[in-house]
Amino acid sequence: MIELTGITRIFRMGGQTIYALNQIDLEIQDGGYVAIMGPSGSGKSTLLNVIGLLDRPDSGSYQLDGRTVTDLSEPEQAQYRREKIGFVFQSFHLVPRLTAAENIELPLVLSGLAPSERKLRVNEALRAFDLSDRATHRPSELSGGQRQRVAIARATIMQPTAILADEPTGNLDHRIGAEVIALLENLHKTGTTLIVVTHDRELGDRAHRQLILRDGKIIADKKA
Amino acid sequence: MTLADTFHLSLKTVLSYRLRSVLIILAMTLGVAAVVVLTALGDGARNYVVNQFSSIGTNLLVVMPGRAETSGAFPGAVLGQTPRDLTLKDAQLLGRLSQVRRYAPLNVGEAELSAANRLREVTVLGSNADLIPIRHMKLAQGSFLKRGADYSAQIVLGSQLAREFFPRTQAIGQRVRLNERRFLVSGILAPQGKTMGHNTDEIVIIPVKQAQSLFNTTSLFRILVEAKSHDAIEPAKEAILETLKQSHDGEEDITVITQDAILATFDRILHALTLAVAGIAAISLIVAGILVMNVMLVAVNQRTSEIGLLKAIGAPAADIRFLFFAEAMWLSTAGAVFGFLLGQLGSLLLRLAYPDLPAWAPVWASVAGILVALITGILASILPANKAARLDPVQALGKQ
Ligand SMILES: Nc1ncnc2c1ncn2[C@@H]1O[C@H](COP(=O)(O)OP(=O)(O)OP(=O)(O)O)[C@@H](O)[C@H]1O
Ligand SMILES: [Mg+2]
Repeated sequence: MIELTGITRIFRMGGQTIYALNQIDLEIQDGGYVAIMGPSGSGKSTLLNVIGLLDRPDSGSYQLDGRTVTDLSEPEQAQYRREKIGFVFQSFHLVPRLTAAENIELPLVLSGLAPSERKLRVNEALRAFDLSDRATHRPSELSGGQRQRVAIARATIMQPTAILADEPTGNLDHRIGAEVIALLENLHKTGTTLIVVTHDRELGDRAHRQLILRDGKIIADKKA
Repeated sequence: MTLADTFHLSLKTVLSYRLRSVLIILAMTLGVAAVVVLTALGDGARNYVVNQFSSIGTNLLVVMPGRAETSGAFPGAVLGQTPRDLTLKDAQLLGRLSQVRRYAPLNVGEAELSAANRLREVTVLGSNADLIPIRHMKLAQGSFLKRGADYSAQIVLGSQLAREFFPRTQAIGQRVRLNERRFLVSGILAPQGKTMGHNTDEIVIIPVKQAQSLFNTTSLFRILVEAKSHDAIEPAKEAILETLKQSHDGEEDITVITQDAILATFDRILHALTLAVAGIAAISLIVAGILVMNVMLVAVNQRTSEIGLLKAIGAPAADIRFLFFAEAMWLSTAGAVFGFLLGQLGSLLLRLAYPDLPAWAPVWASVAGILVALITGILASILPANKAARLDPVQALGKQ
């Protein structure tokens, strides 16, 4: 359960104050499927980053699963990101030196899991995302769709409660994008909260709830 | 993140930026190797000199005429006097001192040695029977100067001269001439080669009185004295100065130097030299450390978006810091190990090229070289690692 109250995020640029988020109040139930939409610069990514504990709001309070997380220490926030949240980015963000399997393994390495256990879970994920024959390939040797599948496998390997995807299909063509969305929706079906930032109206319509942002404010909250 | 995983992941990074890693490791390697080889050279030179100097005798004191003043004027010169000569009588007086085990008077000059139609200029030493034990010389054949027979016409040849003058015949018992004086060859010195700059294989030794009359002098060049023990060196020095002051009418006109003091001085100077050389080599290590820092800072810039990703998937700042730190550790440890090995190889080559030079790097130098490499590596990684750990994840992710 995600609860934001009065969340404000300000950027100061050369004497000018930009309200990337302006007094946001928001509640997202566990297992929800939410699309965040709105024009460029409206604060979609900032909202996602605040929810994912990557960014700290300047004011307001954020409760995740009943705990106030806005004033957690840096290592505690890192632990929340590691265990409860999976990020998927538009530009994949794979480590170029590591193979597909090693990229998927990274969160497990960070959590200090034993190598034998890691291997089992990575192999399982490779099978689930149809990447078994690409396990030892580096990102440069993978197609865009394969890269995003690796990124989604990495985001889910820790079995997070929420997947936060920032324009996950933005760098993919329509057909591959639809496949990636299908994968994310499958995850949602298993009970994971899914929050997707998108410009794509069609994609937004698939979500069970649509938030429309403008100038750092939620101007519409449509439930299907 | 476990320690093992941190080192494993950073090793992968080191291996994948191959050229960069090789260059840094090379710089570290050369720095450490320089410390090892240069100290091996310095310490080798020190040991060489000390050994050479020790080999010329034990508990040795050298008495020479004239007062060596380190400060102030030559007192004799001020008074218009010349220093009194050392005489054989002086030498005999020293032989009676309780701290003295034995003594050998010494006269040195050049003379023409002739025998069996051969003729050459040689260095002539005039001395007594105790020269052999005092100077640690060895006889190859025959007998040395007869004890108490300062006037006998016997001669001992250096090994090279014996071979030159009597290539096919037995040298012992042959007659030779030194400037028209006849001598009978009684012994041949064992080959010794050069010690302290002069070649004992090309000298001849005759009784001291023979030498004095050959060179038409009553004085001595030096008196070599061996103290009874190491502890007796300083008392012997005092006693010698006192005795000769009395015999020279109260004038302190001689100088006594001890082998011990000279050895200590050489040892000190050459040790200081080794330290200085090691210090200069260590500077190259610090330069290598600055290189590590620079390269790691560039790496943080290059990998900004990767650092952002690591933070997004839940790496705390401490993990990021330690990843960069471990990377620098790999680089500097590899540099230290390869540098140590290269340095040992270099010292081995030095020893092969100059067998006389005991070019072994002292343990302290190897340890110091390795430690300086590791410490500079660690220090150099602090700044870049902190920079990486403090990056804002959102901005880092945004950077390509
Ligand atoms: N680091 C920053 N410094 C200054 N201003 C920033 C920073 N990050 C975001 N902003 C500003 O905050 C506002 C919201 O940015 P945000 O990235 O959340 O928009 P967005 O809705 O994701 O846009 P897009 O659809 O283009 O990705 C924008 O006006 C942006 O310029
Ligand atoms: Mg955005």
